[in-house]
Amino acid sequence: MRKQSIMPRLRRLFTVRNLVIGIPMIWLFALAAAPLLLVLNISLAHMEVTSVSSLWHWADNELTLKFNFGNYLYLGEDSLYFDTYVSSLKFAALTTLYCLIVGYPFAYFISRAPEHLRTMLLMLVMLPFWTSFLLRIYAWKALLADNGVVNNGLMGLGVIASPIHMMHTSFSLTIGMVYAYLPFMVLPLYATLVKLDGRMLEAAADLGASPFKTFWLVTVPLTKRGIIAGSLLVFIPAFGEYVIPELLGGPRTLMIARVLWDEFFSNNDWPMASAVTIVMILLILVPMALFNRYNDETRLGEKS
Amino acid sequence: MRNMFGRSLFGRSWLIAVFIFLYIPIVTLVVYSFNDSRLSTVWTGFTFKWYVDASHDRELIDGLIISLKLAFMSATLSVIFGTFTAFVLVRYGRFKGRGLLTSMANAPLVMPDVIVGISLLLMLVALQKWLGFPERGIGTILLGHALIGTSFATVVIISRLREIDLRLEEAAMDLGCKPFQVFWLVTLPLIASALVSAFLLTFTLSFDDVVIAAFLSGPGSTTLPLVIFSRARLGLDPSINAVATVIIVVVSIGVIASSLYQLRAERRRQREVADAYAQGKS
Repeated sequence: MRKQSIMPRLRRLFTVRNLVIGIPMIWLFALAAAPLLLVLNISLAHMEVTSVSSLWHWADNELTLKFNFGNYLYLGEDSLYFDTYVSSLKFAALTTLYCLIVGYPFAYFISRAPEHLRTMLLMLVMLPFWTSFLLRIYAWKALLADNGVVNNGLMGLGVIASPIHMMHTSFSLTIGMVYAYLPFMVLPLYATLVKLDGRMLEAAADLGASPFKTFWLVTVPLTKRGIIAGSLLVFIPAFGEYVIPELLGGPRTLMIARVLWDEFFSNNDWPMASAVTIVMILLILVPMALFNRYNDETRLGEKS
Repeated sequence: MRNMFGRSLFGRSWLIAVFIFLYIPIVTLVVYSFNDSRLSTVWTGFTFKWYVDASHDRELIDGLIISLKLAFMSATLSVIFGTFTAFVLVRYGRFKGRGLLTSMANAPLVMPDVIVGISLLLMLVALQKWLGFPERGIGTILLGHALIGTSFATVVIISRLREIDLRLEEAAMDLGCKPFQVFWLVTLPLIASALVSAFLLTFTLSFDDVVIAAFLSGPGSTTLPLVIFSRARLGLDPSINAVATVIIVVVSIGVIASSLYQLRAERRRQREVADAYAQGKS
């Protein structure tokens, strides 16, 4: 009698299990995956008077599929789009590089600080991150304006005679981007640096490596994970950043998110905007896949 | 010579320089919120008038109320779905679609907001055409924020779920608890601190967002960041500095208080665990 009741029980268990799996699956599919599939669909359509054309058409027992690759062809022909994609990639890469240059020593010094200080320093890194991102970017407008804090300060000190034009240039854009994304670089770097085994560095030093050599041949390779994670966390969102270029960038600092925004809100051309989006996704697909793999790997790694 | 930089002068100056870089905009916001001049670049005198202005500004106040409501709802949904996602990913081993679930949970962490906003908007428009709802408004912004929030909550909760001692759950199971009881009575209390962190994080993410809200908002759902953003585009507005200062003060107190609390809770928990083991051994 006992044995017979195992099967239905097992079956019930499996349905509960599947239900629990199903809840996040459906939620994320509906909000993350389905919309992207729809964007792909719309990018292959064209704009009719008030709505987007349908891709399939059923008449006389015949299913006709109509793909319109015109949007993509147009993206390739118009140099504005190409230049904007290149420029966005460039700004994202520069932001990543500067964040790494500033953030690596920064994370390193925090990880080497005495333990009671470390928690406080980390909290100080996180604190700006908790206060509004938008307001912090807005603050740079007052800092970098022609009659802004930085210019006034430098003129007051007699370093410069007349204000330097900084706002709405690639300089103000880059400063804003590095400022906003620096914590995303520092935290993963810190996480790997703090786990670094000090004995490895001692061993290298004992074997006669110079401090620089130790750093380059031991510390950096051991913190590769943090470098990759931090770089991806900066590069991918920076590529599609909208707010910072809108507030701090200028007419010549082309960023793809602004073009996309205009395409959508001003021109109202949804299929074109969708095609711009799909190409954006294609461009960040490799970094995204890397991020995904890395994220899963560390999770599995933690387990063992 | 233990390491390259050690606690050298160079190290200290680097730390100080970067911290100045991180805090200068915040200090500027606060200082100029008390500046008498409308041109918030020259200091002309001390005043509270921008705070008075801001408190009478209906657009800002309405935006604030909408944003607070939205952030609360988004954080609640994010923690619920984040817990499910994290639980499934940590405890269910291999199952069909695990890779898909991982990718879908990871993607919004880095996916540019513009893409999330545009794709959700297009889907909601298509749904509206097909079913007649949803109208664009707080509800649609909520969906966008809760998606991002779910991903971040998942990360926070996953790392806590990994830490907890599986033997506690096994013990509960041995003592006859049903799986659901184990989750409700043992697992959930153990990850409570992570749920609080996840709630605070996703609350902040929603309270901060401009881009997704810009795509998904409708009439009557202008959030505080949307108000601030449209004014910031036009130029500098000292009322924004006043709002910013209030936000900065509230957030700073909150962050410091919660990290002190968590530090103390963590210490107490470790002591309790140590005591328990010590008693068990004797």
